[in-house]
Order: sequence, then structure tokens, then C-alpha cells
Amino acid sequence: MTQGSTIRQAIALNRFGLGARLDQPAPNDPQAWLVAQFTSFNPRPAPIAAVPDYRQVNAHIAEIRAAQRAARTMSPEAQADARAMNAGLRDILKEHVQARVTSAVNSETPFAERLVHFWANHFALSANKADLVVGAGPFEFEAIRPHVFGRFSDMVMAVEYHPAMMSYLDQSVSVGPNSPMGRKFAARRLGLNENLAREIMELHTLGVRSGYSQADVTEFARALTGHTIVGTGTAANVAGDYGTAYFMPDIHEPGDRMVLGKRYAAGGAEQSRTILADLAARPETAKFVATKLTRHFVADDPPAAVVARLQQAFLASGGDLPTVYRALIASPEAWATPLAKFKSPWDWTISAWRAAGADQAAIGGTQFMLQRLGQPVWLPGSPAGWPDMSQNWAGSDELMRRVDIAGRMFAQPARPVTPQMAQTLLPGVLRAQTSAVIAKSPPEQQLALLFVSPEFQRR
Amino acid sequence: MDLQRRQILYAGLAGGALLLAVPSLLPAARPPGDRRLIFIIQRGALDGLQAVPAIGDPDFHAMRGVLGEVPGVQKLDATFGLHPSLAGIGKLYGQKQALLVHAVSSPYRDRSHFDGQNVLESGGLEPFDMDNGWLNRLMGLESGLNAISLSAGVPLALAGPNPVASFEPAPVGRMNEPLLAKVSALYADDPQLHPLWTEAVDTRRLALEIQQGEPRTATQAERLARLTTGFLKAKDGPRIAMIETQQWDTHTQQISRLKNQFTQFDMLIAGLQAGLGDMWKNTLVIAATEFGRTVSINGTGGTDHGTGTVAMLFGGTVAGGRVVADWPGLKRAQQQDGRDLKPTTDLHAVISGAVADHFGLPPAKTAQTLFPERSVTPLRDLIVT
Repeated sequence: MTQGSTIRQAIALNRFGLGARLDQPAPNDPQAWLVAQFTSFNPRPAPIAAVPDYRQVNAHIAEIRAAQRAARTMSPEAQADARAMNAGLRDILKEHVQARVTSAVNSETPFAERLVHFWANHFALSANKADLVVGAGPFEFEAIRPHVFGRFSDMVMAVEYHPAMMSYLDQSVSVGPNSPMGRKFAARRLGLNENLAREIMELHTLGVRSGYSQADVTEFARALTGHTIVGTGTAANVAGDYGTAYFMPDIHEPGDRMVLGKRYAAGGAEQSRTILADLAARPETAKFVATKLTRHFVADDPPAAVVARLQQAFLASGGDLPTVYRALIASPEAWATPLAKFKSPWDWTISAWRAAGADQAAIGGTQFMLQRLGQPVWLPGSPAGWPDMSQNWAGSDELMRRVDIAGRMFAQPARPVTPQMAQTLLPGVLRAQTSAVIAKSPPEQQLALLFVSPEFQRR
Repeated sequence: MDLQRRQILYAGLAGGALLLAVPSLLPAARPPGDRRLIFIIQRGALDGLQAVPAIGDPDFHAMRGVLGEVPGVQKLDATFGLHPSLAGIGKLYGQKQALLVHAVSSPYRDRSHFDGQNVLESGGLEPFDMDNGWLNRLMGLESGLNAISLSAGVPLALAGPNPVASFEPAPVGRMNEPLLAKVSALYADDPQLHPLWTEAVDTRRLALEIQQGEPRTATQAERLARLTTGFLKAKDGPRIAMIETQQWDTHTQQISRLKNQFTQFDMLIAGLQAGLGDMWKNTLVIAATEFGRTVSINGTGGTDHGTGTVAMLFGGTVAGGRVVADWPGLKRAQQQDGRDLKPTTDLHAVISGAVADHFGLPPAKTAQTLFPERSVTPLRDLIVT
């Protein structure tokens, strides 16, 4: 095999995938290997099927809330805090994290798993807000995973009306001022909350400063009123399963809406869906998505030619994501060397687990480890998600912590790194310098040194 | 001395070559680089009325109920007192090295911790408007204004284009020297990782040195103060440090919880002063929280998320010994939304004015750099100039 073709293997495994496993053969045809994952990907692998889903966690929260209502002395805010702190919920979060990690570590379709992580970060939630402690995992499993190889507009629809997103971005407290409820309680501080509308435009579809105005945000927010969640906010007293999405006509702002110069007739629950479908198909959205994908897979500073190609693929196919991925895989820039992206803590941890063949006991400590490394799962702290540039992750203290953790995690049992093993894990990119340092080191340091080597930390 | 010559001297100093030749030519009043800034973020929303109770306000006791009945409050002036667990700060106040700004807030007017902290740290107008922080932008206003964050990772206030060191304030074990040497060999030729690694090792060694001989009985506040001041005093070390404090969110049992919080905070300030020694006279400490809390007690012996609160300035450059407040009053009608202390002073005006005068930076430009999304008029009388 030529040097060029082994480098393409390294890129397929590391830049597109989540790192090599010793028990998975390196792909002979890297491009075909990536494309084959479009169809072989399992949206609901065993570890995810085994953990509580959105319905189940909400049934659990409903029980906790009933118990809290019994203790009437608590203020609503104190109740919310207590709920988030509930140890039982933390355990569920841990199960969800473990399911995500296990799926990624064992996956035979690591490019598809990376795309899940990419989209989950594009539509980021942060699990530090009340019910989201246990909602963030199921949101990714149920609203993101099934749509990774579908149409962008379908993913957007699944995401924005998912109760977890509506809760995170305050949709459940938004009331149309001229709706029957809004008029009745005008004296109280019921009103429009623009958070979801703004973030859909700014972070999920069009992209910030792409030409929409505050008036567009407000109009879209008006159209979204009525969409809420059973048992919380505006629908606190509605009968039904706690935590499920619900359209409440009494709080929907009546009338036509004008968004980006287009009139949308009054239409209840469907009005905002029509607007959202249009937003998802706009050229600004295509460009924004193309830019983010290119930044993730090609370079921190996305080459304009690649962005244009992906945008074109998006628009020509009506937002068909596999078509966009094909354009990405076919771009020579995506196969350029040297490896330019510095792995995020998540990428680094998962690729180390894959290389080491980690078992469940080791995986159980992943969230703690990621906390130390600065990127705990589902806790980006902001709807913008985690940043995706090397400068965000290649810091001095961060580097020291990777070395600290690698030195402790992989010392025992001592696992010598043979030259053949290093070649399998880092085909085409392993440096002679790294091999030499490893060869001269005691066995208990070898795996740690491989994982903190410059070539292992890049993709 | 003409400006051009001064610039040449500074340029020489940066390279170290002229240091021995020209020390007497340095500007006499204040050599460059002697000022230090410490920003303490108080996460969770500190109740300003518990820290600095408005005991002279005719409505204070009626509105505060049992929260207003803490014994031993130190009287500061006709209107304000100081919580008894902040006695060390009270002493600084007597020495005119503590200044308390009351009824203050950032432009944020909702009540979410995450959004409020985002505005406090970014210096933006709305949550998530800006992806870097005002402290990082401050670094760009003067060369050599390096910074360290005493935290895991770099918090938003210090995040941005200017490189920042960070160190998690936990005792570090002995360094795995054999492994570190091997890692240095791995990075020797890597233009990105080599400098990062060198800085990481230096910071870690310095931290170990600072922590050496620390008494086992030292409290967390004392350890944090020792570490912070150790970094600030190091040769070629940072001149800005950021410290995180947590757990100000007192929805329940506020009286006992804040008593403990204040004790720790008072100890931290005392530790910073003691640790800095002579450097204290050139230091400004700013402590601020994301928003305040409700004026009245809730059903669980605490207070809920509010608006106006207290910001505190300490240090040798502070024109202290006073409470600065355009007091809004505590009657229900005078409260923000009928529940919170109404903010009458802009936190951004406090920060930009204090920081500009402390470092001798142009105030308008400083305000514009730190808080670019709105027009801020810096408060100019906070620092002794």
C-alpha cells in the first residue's frame, strides 16, 4: 500500500471517524467505507435501547413533582433547583451519558456517530436546567439520531417542537399577548418569549447576522405561541402525560405573520411549521450548515470553495443530508494533510477508549474525565453548543490535564505499544519521533505517550 | 521625557537588554506593569441587602422581616451597614480600601443564572450576544496585561483572542517527572504544542512551589488566596487574575448559609491582601455577581432571583471608605417589578471606570472596548489617581 493511500485511511478513521480500533480493519477504500455508513448506521443501537427514553424519564419527573407539590412550603424556584439536584435524576443522566459513550466506542459506523455528535452540538441543549438533566439524552437519541441521514428540514421539525428544546429555550412560557389567555391575564407578566424563535434563526437555520431583523424574530415568536409542554409553564394544569409537546390554542397569537418579507396566513399550530419549513430551505441556512460542516471536517477557517460546494448540494437536493455529505467526501480539501483539527476532549477521550478497547468499567468514568478535560457531555452551558476551533481546546492547562489523565488511566495494567499496534492506530501519520520515544519508555508509559502524541491529538 | 523615547525604553525592557543600563530613566511616578487586577465572580446571585443591609432605610425592617434582624451589623453610614461576618472587609472600609456600590446591576433584566452570568462575563447587552469576555478584551488595551484564571478551563469573562493561562485551584500531586520529560520530547518539534506545553509545565511547577509548605489546616479560601497571589507576584507572571466563587443562590436558609459564605469571602479578601504584601497598594479587586435577589423573604427562609445588588471594590488604589449608591428606596412601589431591589447604578459604569483609572487607560475607549454593545459612561471617582 502506498504512503498516500495510508494517509487517506488515517483521515477516514480520525477526521471523519472517531479513531481506529485494533479489532476493526482499516478501510481499503476510505471513501466507500464512509458512504456505506449512510445505510449501515443503526439509529437505536443496543446501549441506547436499554436506557430510559423521553416518556419514561418524564413519568419519573411527574412522580417527583407530585411529591414536591405535597411539600407546599417550597418556592417554585427552590422546587426547580431541588428537582435538578435530585440524585435519582443524576443517575439517569449518567446512564444516558454511558449509552452515548458506549455507542461511540464500539461503533462500526464511527463517521455516522460523529455526525450525530455534530448535529447534537448544532442543536445544543444544556442539561443544567431543571427537567433537561434527564431530557438531554433522550432528545439526542429521539430527535437527532433518526434524522442524521434524512432531510435537514425533518431534523429541524423534530428538534424545535421537541419538548426538551421547547423547555430549554423557554417556549413553554411564551404567550401571545392578544390570545384569549394573554388578554385575560394582561396585568400579570404573561407575554411573548422570543428565545426559541431567536435561536432557531441565529443558531439552527439562517445563522447570526445573515440578514433577518428583530421584527422577523418577533413575528416568528408570535407564530410559535401555543406550542408548549404538558405540566409546565403555560400548560401547567393541562391534563395529559407530563412533559409531552402540546398545542394550546388559547395562548396562540391570532392573525397573519410576516417573516422575511413573506406573509403567512393565520393557521394555529401549522403557522409556525410553515415558517420553519421555509427557514430550513433558505440559501442562508444552506450556507450556514455548509460552513459549520466544513469547519468541522476540513479546517477551522473553512475554505470558501468547499462551503460553496456543500451549499449547492444542500440547495439542489432540498436539504438532503446524504447528498451534502457526499459532496464533502468528494472534496479534495477534506483529504488534505497534515491533520489540521485539534481533537476536542470528547473526540480525544472516545478515540483513546477505542484504541485501548475500553470496557464498561472504564467507560463509567467518562463524564468525570470529560468534566476534568472541560467538555462534559450535554453541558455546553449555552445554546450555541461547544466551540469547534482548535484554539478552543489546545490550551496549556488543558494539555497538562490530558497528560495527567493519560498517565493515570493507562498505566495499569501496563500495556506495551508494539510498532505494529501504533501503525494500526495511526496509519500514515505516526512519526518516527513518537515511535522512538515510546520504544525507549517503560511499558506503563507507552499507551499514555501514544495518546498524548501530537498525531493522536489531531484529526 | 518625550513619548518616543519612552516607547523605545519600554521596547528595550521587553527584550530585557536595556534593563541594567537605564533603570533610573524609568518614569518615576509609576513604573509600567506594577498594577494588578483581581476579578472575583460570585456565581449564584448574591443578596446585596444581606451583605450591605440598608438599616437606615425606614422600610428596611418591614420589608426584610427576619432577614433584617441579624445582630452585630457594623454601621457604615446613615443608611448602610455591613454584615458581621464581613468584619475584615469592615476593617478595610475603615482604612478607605473598601468601596461598596449598592443597587447596582448589569443591563440584564431577566432572572436566569446562566443568562445573567453570560451577560456579566461577556459584557454584552443580551445573553449570548458575544462569545468572548470583557476581561480578555481589557488585555488588548495594554501590552503585557497577561492573565490567569484560577479555574478549570477559562471562564467566559477571560475567554477570547488574547491567550490566557488557567490553573484549577486544587492541590496538585507530585509531577510525574519521567513522563513529563518524555512528553517534552514528543512535542519538541511541534510548533503549536511545544509552547503550550512549556507554559503548562511552568505553571504547574510554579503552583507546586506556591503550594509548598502550605499548612494542612489551611481553609479553601486561604489556599485560593495563596495560589492567586503567588501567581500575581511571580516574576513575569500574570497581572490579572480571575477567581470563581459559587453557591450564592440562597433560596433557602439564607441567614445561616450567607453567614458561612461571607466568612469564607472575608477570609479570601484578607488572604489576598496578606499574600500580596507590598503589591496590595497597587492592586484593585472587583467582586460582582450576576444579579440580586428579592427584597422580601420567600416561604423557605431565603430569597428568590432578583435584580439590583452590591458590587465590591477592594485594594490600595480604591478611593474607599464609602458606599456609593443612588438609593432607590425599599417601598413596594420603589422595587423593580414590585419584588426586587431596583438597580440605579450600572455595573458596567463601575467596572469600566475603576479599571480605566486603575490602569491609567483612557476611560471612554476602555468602556467602549469592554462593553461595545452600548454606550457606557464610566464612573470616574472610584480610584485614587
